[in-house]
Amino acid sequence: MHATVWGCRGSLASPGPETVRYGGNTSCLEIRLDDGSILVLDAGTGIRALGVALEPDPPPRIDILLTHLHLDHLEGLGFFSPLWETKSDLHIWGPPSPLKSLEDRIATYMSPPLFPVHLSDIPSQPTFHDVPDEEWKIAGARIMAQTISHPGPTVGYRVDEEDRTLVYMPDHEPALGVGDLKSVSPDWISGYAVAFGADVLFHDSQYTEDEYARKVGWGHSSTEHVVTFAQLAKVQRLFMTHHDPLHTDADLESILVRAKDLWGENGGEIALAFEGMQVAVP
Amino acid sequence: MEWDTRQKNVVLILARDMAEKLATPMFVVDAEGTLVFYNEAAETLLGKTFADAGEMKAEEWMAEWAPIGENGQPMKLRDLALGRALFEGHPDHHDLAIRASDGVKRTIAATAIPLQTHPDEIVGAVALFWVPSQREEDRP
Repeated sequence: MHATVWGCRGSLASPGPETVRYGGNTSCLEIRLDDGSILVLDAGTGIRALGVALEPDPPPRIDILLTHLHLDHLEGLGFFSPLWETKSDLHIWGPPSPLKSLEDRIATYMSPPLFPVHLSDIPSQPTFHDVPDEEWKIAGARIMAQTISHPGPTVGYRVDEEDRTLVYMPDHEPALGVGDLKSVSPDWISGYAVAFGADVLFHDSQYTEDEYARKVGWGHSSTEHVVTFAQLAKVQRLFMTHHDPLHTDADLESILVRAKDLWGENGGEIALAFEGMQVAVP
Repeated sequence: MEWDTRQKNVVLILARDMAEKLATPMFVVDAEGTLVFYNEAAETLLGKTFADAGEMKAEEWMAEWAPIGENGQPMKLRDLALGRALFEGHPDHHDLAIRASDGVKRTIAATAIPLQTHPDEIVGAVALFWVPSQREEDRP
């Protein structure tokens, strides 16, 4: 299993000289399974470049797994070139809403006046799936989706291939309703089970601790929260993602210093996700 | 390392947070009826702190507080407002008596609602307790 980061910015695409090192595209992570199958986690603006990269040899099937439908995780979908072809069988997975289907909710964005073409007129005619409650399989991977703390229906994904595990939670506020993560039993921490024991965790790290204090309930994590969460869940390698659009490259590197200080000498790896990052999960 | 799959549904996590912030007694159960939390205000009525009580399966908390209906008969879980919310998926309200853990028999009113994440998925239920004399119509 191999992951490529195509977008790791949160909330709003933020290109420019101050974000060039970590990138300005919003959330999109490609996972290549050992048999070559492709999973695409989220369809932020980063998915556009992924589509271009796939154009010479489009795979027969692509599964797009959406954590939720906030625009920074969806706005690239209409610019993903396989959507406009019929060469790949497209499957789009996402969290169920209490009332409307996934297709209807995506069509709210992919239809006039917000988008020029209605979802039902798109050539690839993707198949939409609510993520099931139980683990399911895509190619050689076992997938688990679990509802996590973030405004609106939102899931975190656990992808297991043989004995390797990658977990993706770009938008997650585990401290909401808990306060001090270290003071509660882990089963009361949102996302704990889905992240437990992961070899690789991509996790929300949008705010500094000072910023978080003013943004409780907005659905994101502080530096302290992401480090504590990863350590409680016994994660081996933590990649901090969903960078705040107002954070420059220099800001992010200051956050990493703080995160490494909190991480301590416990082994493992902690780093900032950046566009173009390649992560092998051997 | 064995996978630790213990996990409360996020709706229960948020319900607990709401309960912790409310001055109204609130009692939270999961989809099986297991008591997972009650707040400080409920501790006064139930006669025991949640720290002392801890999580309890439905049969355990039914035995602990022995609810009595308005007809004077012991109630089954399915007949409680909480049970109706949990198993029938609709809100309910009634008066009942309990034998609190401090030995005092108390009459309370209970209003329960299901915690539905999807029309066909109930992940738990919450009950709010009222002391009947505190209700508006009972005030002098």
